[in-house]
Amino acid sequence: MHQATSATVSEKPLLSLRNINMTFGGVKALKNVSFEVSPGEVHCLAGENGCGKSTLIKVITGVYRPADGAVIEYDGETYSHMSPVTAQDRGIQVIWQDLALFPEMSVAENIAFSEIVGRRPRLVDYGRMRRIAIEALARLGITLDVDLPLKEYAIAQRQIVAIARALIGEAKIVFMDEPTASLTQSETDHLLDIVRNLSASGVAVVFVSHRLAEVLEISSRITVLRDGALVGVYPAAGMTQSRITELMTGKTFDQHVRARPNDDQPVVLEVRGLTRPGQFEDISLTVRRGETIGITGLLGAGRTELALALFGMLRPASGRISIEGKEVRFTSNRDAIKAGVAYLSEDRLSLGLVQPQSIADNLVIASLRKILSGGLLSDDRKRGLVSRWIADLGVRIGRQADAISTLSGGNQQRVAIAKWLATDPKILILDCPTVGVDVGARAGIFDIVAKLAETGLAIILISDEVPEVYFNADRVLHMAQGRIVGSYDPRQTRLEDVEAAVYA
Amino acid sequence: MTTILERVKTALGPEMAGPGLAFVAVVLVFGLASPQFLSAATFGSVAFQLPELGLLTLAMLLPILTGGLNLAITFTANIAGLTLAWVLRENGGVDAGVGIFIVGCLMALLVGAASGVVMGLVIAFTRAHPILVSLSMMIFLRGLGEFLTRGGDISGFPAFVGPIGHGSVAGIPVPLIVFIVCVLGWHVLLGRTKLGFNTYMIGSNLEATRYSGINTRKAIVLVYTLSGVMCAIAGIIMLARFNSVRIGHGESYLLITVLACFLGGVNPFGGFGRVIPVFVALVVLQLLSSGLNLIGANQHLATAVWGILLVGVMILRWVASKIKISIIRRGS
Repeated sequence: MHQATSATVSEKPLLSLRNINMTFGGVKALKNVSFEVSPGEVHCLAGENGCGKSTLIKVITGVYRPADGAVIEYDGETYSHMSPVTAQDRGIQVIWQDLALFPEMSVAENIAFSEIVGRRPRLVDYGRMRRIAIEALARLGITLDVDLPLKEYAIAQRQIVAIARALIGEAKIVFMDEPTASLTQSETDHLLDIVRNLSASGVAVVFVSHRLAEVLEISSRITVLRDGALVGVYPAAGMTQSRITELMTGKTFDQHVRARPNDDQPVVLEVRGLTRPGQFEDISLTVRRGETIGITGLLGAGRTELALALFGMLRPASGRISIEGKEVRFTSNRDAIKAGVAYLSEDRLSLGLVQPQSIADNLVIASLRKILSGGLLSDDRKRGLVSRWIADLGVRIGRQADAISTLSGGNQQRVAIAKWLATDPKILILDCPTVGVDVGARAGIFDIVAKLAETGLAIILISDEVPEVYFNADRVLHMAQGRIVGSYDPRQTRLEDVEAAVYA
Repeated sequence: MTTILERVKTALGPEMAGPGLAFVAVVLVFGLASPQFLSAATFGSVAFQLPELGLLTLAMLLPILTGGLNLAITFTANIAGLTLAWVLRENGGVDAGVGIFIVGCLMALLVGAASGVVMGLVIAFTRAHPILVSLSMMIFLRGLGEFLTRGGDISGFPAFVGPIGHGSVAGIPVPLIVFIVCVLGWHVLLGRTKLGFNTYMIGSNLEATRYSGINTRKAIVLVYTLSGVMCAIAGIIMLARFNSVRIGHGESYLLITVLACFLGGVNPFGGFGRVIPVFVALVVLQLLSSGLNLIGANQHLATAVWGILLVGVMILRWVASKIKISIIRRGS
């Protein structure tokens, strides 16, 4: 732990924690952590999954009680620990990643919920509820139909509803846990504007995010945690993404363009004029042996739909797909897998892996025929196959029979990749392979991708983070509104230019 | 040594703890309460009562593992029994030969399979809830059965049918042999075949399983078909045991089969559960009712005690999970 570069803040802090220790069983989740937020400041809390960010927030909001000796100074008073009720009453609000909203209830009910519940008389004053909701939204400069059920609104609007709800309780400080994880760039920009407005009106915002670019854009100071300990507090000015990554992981990464020429290699996948109206139109591309094609673009650009069509799960209306020169028509993803296509879903939690089931079963699910022996599944063969892949891809696991959900995002993703490699694919489609994967583990995933390309696999890498495809693909295709609108060679184009085109 | 222990542990699985403990408890309590409990008579009564409920429970188990349910099991069993009875009656009644009986059994299995195929197809293709689909099938089969039998008993079978219901081979009751063969069949099916593997996966997450290239529709249709076939086997055994067929036979078993699955550690939402613990759970239930019978309790009280036992096991399981969590927290 090195000396915190304390940014000069003249005001007395709104919130100041010292000496915070938190132990779960034998594990020290927080080691002597201190943390400070000034009134109206936008402060970023950075660190990898499991570094103690959430635990710290839960200490501040009274969910957890820290070990004796802790000092929590908040708004002029000193506490040894918080209670959830005190925290709420004194204006500490949290917007959790899952938002904790009621999709079936109206926007007004969602916003004014806490104002209505537990009040006497036990009758709901809908008029008051609507007024509270409209007022809270107006503070954010937003108009929504407060009578519509929340589920009618997209995730970005729901986020705003969650913020509005946090603000009705006279919040002095708002914690936002990964607020932009499911937002597009323009929605994110909008959210950042809201955060700036909050800050200007004197509400402090503590921002927890994986996306370092926006962290640097929005916050004035950054507190970095690693393995439950404070690394330091840094002013955002003069900070770079790679420096934060280094501080968070304790490792150095050098990002370089990995693109290589592949023009002499045979074509593995050829797509011509592939169209599915409303989702993607007139898509043509070729992927050669050992080549990695990056596809980027905003959410809703048709990337995933295109991938699903290549994987036989969506039927294109017109156009053709050829693999190694032979035209193919898939009636299901089973045909696609047989033809050598593998698709790693962007939604690892509900589509990519069968979360409650074991690591071993998740790894062999797509290649069961390989562990058959005399018509029956062989436990020995399964164990052998799993051990081999676990070793090959450097997955860190306890036992093969443990549920896959016990692994970290990065290790889960390695298992998901192994599951597809076990099918002996010719073409591997990776749809946002770093979603929910720690910064430190992302590099590991891309190292695997690079190695796979060297073995001759044709790879399609889809990501909404332009740098990911820029540094890791041989060619970058930009998709917007279902069409390929640009093609870039990372060796001849600057990252900034590609980003400008995509985020325009 | 440790590896052997580990192997035994993984073979039995965590599901075994509940029914295993219940088994030990029941044997201890009744063994102390009644000197006749640990006797051949108890074994005999359990051995003859176990298979009917047991076979129907096996029929219920597969759909539950996929996250579904088959409420039509008892009526499927009896409709299959009726099919056999009809074949026997149309071909000589009491004078029907063994060949006719075998043909009748095959027809019964076919009818059971048909009931399952229809449910499976509807569930797999329309994504309708299995409770609703199997409820419709249950009502349809009950109505059909009542119409065909006018609510009465069908009897008058050849003499050789009886021993299938209450005969013994080498001291082991025939129905028990049939049941144990079916248990072993299900054990291999679930543990060692692709269909079994897919059953668990579908029960945990159907979409993720489909994305992995598994033909989930085919698996669901097969699961319900096999469930129907197992019902038919139960129907044949019931026909032989009662020497008659009635559409309402074993109706009260329906929900007991669901509870027996849960007592055996099967996850009510699908994805987890093994055959052997369910088998032990069934033995416990039968021992309990035989034991209560022995100490002179009312037969209806036995059913009530089943209810108490099941609730007790649920609570114990909850307590055990709490303890386990605190151990894990302390340990790691």
